[in-house]
Amino acid sequence: MVEQYPILIVAIPLIGSVFCPLIGRWKKTFCYYWTVLLLSASVAGSIHTLFQVIAGGTVYYHLGGWPPPVGIEYVVDHLNAMMVTLVSVVSLIVAIYSRPSVEKELPDRIIYFYTLFILQVTGYLGIVMTGDLFNLYVFLEIASLAGYALIAVGEDGAPLATFRYIIMGTIGGSFYLLGVGYIYITTGSLNMADVRELLPQLYESRVILTAVAFLTAGLAVKMALFPVHVWLPDAYTKAPSVTSALIAPLMTKISLYLLIRILFDVFQHRLYMEMLPISSIMVWAGVIAIVAGAVMALAQTDFKRMLCYIVVAEVGYIVGGLGLANETALKGAILHILNDAVMTLGLFTVAGIVAYKMGRHDLSDFKDMFKKMPITMSTFVVGALSIIGVPPTCGFFSKWYLVHGAIIAEHWTFLAALLLSSLVSVILFFRVIEIGYGFASSHAKHAHEGDAMTGIDEAPAEMLIPAIAVAVAILLIGLYNQTILSKVIEFGVPRL
Amino acid sequence: MFEFICDHYNYWAYIGLMMIGFYAMMTKRNLMKKVIGMNVFQSAILFFYISMAAKDGATVPILEHAHNGHGYLPIDIMQYVNPLPHVLMLTAIVVMVATLGLALAIIILIYRRYNTLEEDDIIMQLRRG
Repeated sequence: MVEQYPILIVAIPLIGSVFCPLIGRWKKTFCYYWTVLLLSASVAGSIHTLFQVIAGGTVYYHLGGWPPPVGIEYVVDHLNAMMVTLVSVVSLIVAIYSRPSVEKELPDRIIYFYTLFILQVTGYLGIVMTGDLFNLYVFLEIASLAGYALIAVGEDGAPLATFRYIIMGTIGGSFYLLGVGYIYITTGSLNMADVRELLPQLYESRVILTAVAFLTAGLAVKMALFPVHVWLPDAYTKAPSVTSALIAPLMTKISLYLLIRILFDVFQHRLYMEMLPISSIMVWAGVIAIVAGAVMALAQTDFKRMLCYIVVAEVGYIVGGLGLANETALKGAILHILNDAVMTLGLFTVAGIVAYKMGRHDLSDFKDMFKKMPITMSTFVVGALSIIGVPPTCGFFSKWYLVHGAIIAEHWTFLAALLLSSLVSVILFFRVIEIGYGFASSHAKHAHEGDAMTGIDEAPAEMLIPAIAVAVAILLIGLYNQTILSKVIEFGVPRL
Repeated sequence: MFEFICDHYNYWAYIGLMMIGFYAMMTKRNLMKKVIGMNVFQSAILFFYISMAAKDGATVPILEHAHNGHGYLPIDIMQYVNPLPHVLMLTAIVVMVATLGLALAIIILIYRRYNTLEEDDIIMQLRRG
């Protein structure tokens, strides 16, 4: 049983999703419990695998008993184990949080919403578990297809945003598939470990260089790196609250994980350091993404849209950190994948609670929020401080490593971009906090004094407890960042 | 040069098809044309994979006497086309069909809402509303 865990993490939700519509026919509300049950099983499996990896090193699982390179192999090393735990825990938290919001926003689509929700998580889990390049493509498309459908059921304008996402996402996925085809044509293998062994003799081949270009371009679309980020803000803003809380923290981070896996693991550093200027392109792409994301975020009046541009900037942090290609920066980048997923989750859960209460998510809806929802807003403040990078929260530590890495690499532009975006985040979040406290409209408030609006009106506990849990997680990851670094990320950093 | 082009005509065909699809996805303002472009784009990738499996004078990869109870006979690889790309593309076709179906379903949603599939008209309506 224990040795079957790697496949069970993915297979349980995959098979379980088929039964979701059947259960829904019997009793609609059971879909929610079914989702939570399946994802809890995945969380148990992934945490067990994480400890197994920490104790005994990489875990290999051969599907159907076929040894690689013929069969499909699941490989869980320290990096995967961290990612799979992150994905399953984040999706379980979102699942627990989802019920009131889904019942309010999509009352007649509950059954299929949860079916797609489970499939989406299956896709994510599969992407991070697999050690096979083509199997990865299949999971990537499962995740994307479920994501398109989950976004399209959102508010007015969501279908058009989804359509644009489909066009961009398909280009990204197809480029990835082409890159895999070029690798297959030269090496004759699809297994990542096998390809890694076969490639070094072939680096002179122009086909391999084309493959690198296709893979990087495809993943850049999927992770919404700056010039090709255009699909992200519209799609994530107009999606239902629960969908954005699930997809925004995970999809971009998983694509970044893939970039690490493919550039640093399948290909060796000789390729991207010496033969192609990939690493310096990545740093500059990161710088541009950080600055552009921060500036665009300033211009937004919609809370969710502002968060979306922050996600674009955060992708820039990680891509830039990977491009610096020294150990400290890589550590920072990987830690930032973990931290950013948790921080984004925290902020999008708050956005979901505000949308649940107010029906909208404009910045102006935050008026007097600190009086009305003190607990929600304190979780918001924790998330905001973490994005800004204030010490006890986790955001500080990964930024610290990134800054340190930039100093080691002597890349001052990247350093400046990092600091600039931190300052912009201060402005962004204090604007929200100012609106929330009602300083901005103290004159107008006098007229309505004694209004019923000032009564405390918190969200239901089902939404509140996950939001508090995320805020606590942000603080705990910050406090225990050394443990995480020395037990997991230290071994997950690609060998240079 | 001419020989180089002739020898690799399958790759030229795939690149040509892919560019046609890519052009339609990027520049056409009608959503339906974008979907058609997307489908051409994906089909081009199928052709690429299938054509790389082909060999001159090779046959289908079904082994004779494979299940006679005495194990496999030694085979000559040059006699058989590579079956793996075909299998991969079966999966890719499924993905393609799912993407196409989803795109068409979303086009129906858009048409019901805005009564047009011209992107410019939809954007005009969004600005006004």
